Amino acid sequence: MKPAAFPAPALAVAAPHVGGAAGVAHVMTWVMLALAPATLFGFWLYGWPAVHLWWITVLFAATGEGICLRLAGRPALVTLRDGSAVLTGWLLALSLPPWAPWWIGACGGLFATVIAKQVFGGLGQNLFNPAMVARVALLISFPVPMTLWVAPLPLGSAGAPGFVAGLQLTLGALPGALDAVASASVLGHAKTELARGVDLLQAFAVPSAPTFGLDGMRAGSLGESASLLIAGGGLVLLARGIIGWQIPLAMLAGIALPAAALHALDPARHLDAASHLLAGGTMLGAFFIATDYVTSPNTRTGQLLFGAGVGLLTFVIRSWGGYPEGVAFAVLLMNALVPVIDRYLRPRAHGRDRRGRPLDIAQRP
Amino acid sequence: MLMALLSLACLGTLLGLALGAAAKKFHVEADPLAGRIESLMPGSNCGQCGYPGCPGAAAAIATGSAPVTACPPGGRTLAQALAEMLGVTLDPAAVADAGPQVANVAEEICIGCCRCLKVCPTDAILGAAKQIHNVMREACTGCGSCVERCPTEALRMQPVPVTLQHWVWPKPATAAA
Amino acid sequence: MGVLDRFFGPSWGVHPDDRKRPAADAPLRRLPLPERLYVPLQQHVGGAARPVVLAGQKVLKGQLIAEAQGGISAPVHAPTSGRVLAIGEITAPHPSGLTQAAIILASDGEERWIDAEPPGDPFALPAEEIARLTAAAGVVGLGGATFPAAVKFNLGRRLKVDTLIVNGGECEPYLSADDAVMRHRAAEVVDGLRIVMHAIGARQALVGIEDNKPEALAAMRAAAAPHGDVAIRAVPARYPMGSDKQLIQVLTGREVPADARAAEVGVLVHNVSTCAAVHRALRRGEPLVERIVTLNGGALRAPGNLVAPLGALVADLLACAGMAEPPARLILGGPMMGTPLPHADVPLVKGASGILALTAAEAARPPEGPCIRCGSCTRACPMGLLPLEMAGRIRAGDLAGATGFGLSDCISCGCCAYVCPSGIPLVQYFSHARGELAAAERARLRGDAARRLAEQRRQRLEREAREKAAAAARRKAERDAAKARASAPAEAVSG
Repeated sequence: MKPAAFPAPALAVAAPHVGGAAGVAHVMTWVMLALAPATLFGFWLYGWPAVHLWWITVLFAATGEGICLRLAGRPALVTLRDGSAVLTGWLLALSLPPWAPWWIGACGGLFATVIAKQVFGGLGQNLFNPAMVARVALLISFPVPMTLWVAPLPLGSAGAPGFVAGLQLTLGALPGALDAVASASVLGHAKTELARGVDLLQAFAVPSAPTFGLDGMRAGSLGESASLLIAGGGLVLLARGIIGWQIPLAMLAGIALPAAALHALDPARHLDAASHLLAGGTMLGAFFIATDYVTSPNTRTGQLLFGAGVGLLTFVIRSWGGYPEGVAFAVLLMNALVPVIDRYLRPRAHGRDRRGRPLDIAQRP
Repeated sequence: MLMALLSLACLGTLLGLALGAAAKKFHVEADPLAGRIESLMPGSNCGQCGYPGCPGAAAAIATGSAPVTACPPGGRTLAQALAEMLGVTLDPAAVADAGPQVANVAEEICIGCCRCLKVCPTDAILGAAKQIHNVMREACTGCGSCVERCPTEALRMQPVPVTLQHWVWPKPATAAA
Repeated sequence: MGVLDRFFGPSWGVHPDDRKRPAADAPLRRLPLPERLYVPLQQHVGGAARPVVLAGQKVLKGQLIAEAQGGISAPVHAPTSGRVLAIGEITAPHPSGLTQAAIILASDGEERWIDAEPPGDPFALPAEEIARLTAAAGVVGLGGATFPAAVKFNLGRRLKVDTLIVNGGECEPYLSADDAVMRHRAAEVVDGLRIVMHAIGARQALVGIEDNKPEALAAMRAAAAPHGDVAIRAVPARYPMGSDKQLIQVLTGREVPADARAAEVGVLVHNVSTCAAVHRALRRGEPLVERIVTLNGGALRAPGNLVAPLGALVADLLACAGMAEPPARLILGGPMMGTPLPHADVPLVKGASGILALTAAEAARPPEGPCIRCGSCTRACPMGLLPLEMAGRIRAGDLAGATGFGLSDCISCGCCAYVCPSGIPLVQYFSHARGELAAAERARLRGDAARRLAEQRRQRLEREAREKAAAAARRKAERDAAKARASAPAEAVSG
C-alpha cells in the first residue's frame, strides 16, 4: 500500500533538517527582560519625565528603522519584530540624562538606527555599536543637555511631576524646572572638583556631594543608578548563555584593577575600584553594550582582549581624558579594532597549527 | 626657520631617492595583460567574437576596444573574471549565459557532407563522406561554428545535461538581507 | 551528558535531543519482501558497477549482478532470488531528483541463496585474500561514507596502521541502526572487526560507543571479553562524535593533519555494521544484500529498526512503519547530514542508515534572517573553522576568500547551521561553494584540453598543407623531368 503522497519541496532543502536555536527575537526578548528591573527602578527613581524620555527614544529608534527598511524595499514590520531596533533605543535611553528634553531622545533614536545601523546595511552589518554612536553624537553636539543630571525625585514623593507634568517637562514646556533639581553625577563631580584643584577626599566629604550608596539613590543616567540591578540582569543573561563571561569579566577587570592600584597609590586623585564599577555606565557597558554580538569579536579569546581594551580605555578616559565618563568612547574605539582582532585571533583548525599550515605527521603524540 | 626648510628638503630628497631605488630593485615583472586574459579564454579560436581568434580578442579586451562580454562561449563566468581582472563594473544579469552547450547531430537529417568537421576548431566532429557524423562531447567547446555550416540544419546546440556527479547545490536565496 | 562532560568534555559540536527511543528499543523486524527491487549500480564511492546480467535472466539471492569497474569500485549482488525485469533508471536518493541506473528485479518470493562454499578460517588466509573476498562481497562503508572497504584494508596494510578504530558512535539523532547491530549481532561485529584487524595488521582495536547506548555497550563488552586486543570504550554522547577525525582524537589523542588521511597517523576507522558485513562475507560467504535501517520520525506510527533488502523502495519501508500523517520532510540518513528525498519512490542503498519522516514541528528551524555575528557557529564547529566568515564571503561571491577561511576542511556536519539563531543555511553555502569550485576546476581543465586540441588541429592543417605542397612540387618536378626527357630525344634526332 503506498503511503499518501506529500508535497515535494520545490527546491531541495539542505541539511540540517532540524534546528536547535531559538531565533534572534528570542535573544532580544531576553535582553530586554534582563534590562527591565533596572529600567523600572529608574522610572520609579526619576519619575514620569524619565518614562516619557524612554518611550520617545524607543519610538524614534523603531520609526527610523522602519522608514529605512521601507526605503530599501524590505518588509518593515517583519524585520522590526526581531526587536533589535527597540533594544537599541532602550539602551540609548538608559544612557541619557533622565530629564533630557524629548528632542534629545528623538535625535538620538533616529541617529542610532538610521546612521549607525541601517546605513551600514542593517542588522549584522554595522561596525560600531549604534547606541554608543548616538550617545557620542549627542554628547558632542549638545553637551549641556547631555550633562544636566538631576537628583533622584522618586514617583510619589513631594515635588515629583505627575504624568502630564512629566510629559510637559520632557516636551520642554516647563523651562527652568530642571535647574531646581540639577545635581552632579559621581564621576562628573569628581572630574570638576579635580579640575578645580580640590582633591577627591575633600570633594566627597561635603554634604552636597553625590553619594555612592549601593541602593542607587544618586544622580546619574537611568542605567547608572541601578548598577546592581543591571549587573543582576547581566548575570541572568550569562546563566542563559546569551552572553559569554569573557567580555564582562575582562572589562570590569580592566577598570577595577588599574583603579584599585592607583587608588592605593594616590587616594586623593583617584576614585576607588568600587566607585568606578558602580558609577557611570560601567555595568551597563560591561553586560549589555560591549557584549553586542555584531560589534564584538567572533572568538572567546578575541572577546577577552576586546573587553580588557574597553575597560582600560574607559579608565584612561575617566582619569586623564576630557570627559568624566568614558564607556561610550572606549566601546567605539575598540569596535574599530574588532576587524583587526578577528583577523589575527582565529581559532586553531583541527589538523592545522596556529598559523594555518597542516600539522606535520611527526607531531602526532 | 631655515633649518626647518633645509632639514625637510633633505629628508624629502633622501626618501624620494630611496623610493626610486626600491621601485627599481623590487620591481615585479607582471605578465602582459593580454596574455593573462587569453589564459582565461576557452582557447578554441571559434571566432564568435568577431576577432581573429582568442589572442586577437584578448588583445582587444586588454586595450579596451572590446567589452569584457565579448566572448559568448565564455559566458557569465568569463565576463565576471575579466571584469574583476580589469576593474570594470559588470551587471551579471545583463550577460547572456545559456550555460555550457554542446553541439548535437540529428542523425536522421545528416547527409555526411563533411562541411562541419572542416570548420570545427578542436576537431570534435567525427565523420567521413556519406557517413553519419558525430560530435565528441568532451572536445566540443560550444562555439557554434558547425551549426552555421550545416546545409541541412542537422546540428543543434543543446545544453549539457547535468549529471548526479556534477550537480551543484544552488546558492541559498538571501531572505531580503 | 553528565556534569563532568559539560566542563571537561569536548567543547566542540552540539548536543541535540537524541530522539532515538522508542525506535531504538522496538524489536528488530524484517521488511516483508517487496515484489520489485530497484538495485542501483552506484551505491558506493568510485566507479559505477557494470551490469553482468540481461533482462529476463533469472538470478539467485547473492548472485553477482554487476561487477566493479576500476580500482575504487564495488560489485552489486542480487538482494533476493527472482528475475531481472530491466536495467533502467530510477530516481536517485539525491536532492537533485535526478535519476540513476538500476537493475530492476521481480522477486519470486523464494529467497533462494546462490550456492557458495563458505571460505575457510579467515585467520588462516593471507591479508590480501581477505581484502579480495571482502571486495567480491561488495562490502562498503555502511556508516554512510560507502567507501569500498577492501581498498581501505589495502591502504591500512600499506601504511602499517597499528590501531583499528571501530565506530559505534552513531551520533546523529533519530538513528539506531548501528545500535541494533551492536545489541543483536555483537558477536558478528566482534568477529568481523577481528578479521579486519588481521587484514590490516593492526595490533589493537578500540570500539567507540556513545554513552547513550548502554545496552549496546553491555552487549559488545560481553562479546569482546575473551579478546584482549579488543577494547570497548564509552565516549561522551555529542554530535559529531561519530565523525572520523573527532573519534580518533577522543579515543587515541591523535590529530589527523589537514592534508593527510587517518591511516597516516596509524589508525583506520570502520563502522560496526561494516565489520558485521565483513563477518558475513568471510564466515558465511554472504555478499552484502541487506542492511538494518532505522525508520523514525514523528510522522510514523511504528518507528523502529528494519532489516531490509537493498533496492527496496523507501515507500515500502514507510508502509511497513505505518504513516500516521504525511511528513513535512523525508530524509535518507540522519537529520543533521541526511539527504532530502524528493519523494518516496527511491531505492534503499548500501549507505542508507535511516529513513526519517519528520513532521513540520520536528523540522522547524528559526525564521531566516541576516547574520548577527553572534559567533555560535564558531564555537560549535568541530573543525575550528569560522562559518560566519566563510558564508559571508560565499554570499558575496568571493570563493577564494572562503577557501582561505578553511572551506576545504569543512566536514559538512551541520553543527553551525544547527545553532544559528538566524536560521541561515550555512551548510548549503559551503556545499554550493565547493560545487562551484569543482565546476570551475573542471571548466579550466576543459579549457586547457580545448587549447591543446585547437593547437593539434592547427598543426594537422599545417602538416597537410606542407604535404600537399611537397606533393605538388614532386609532381611538378616529375612533369618537368618527363617533358625534358620527351624533348631531349627529339633534339638528339634533330640535332
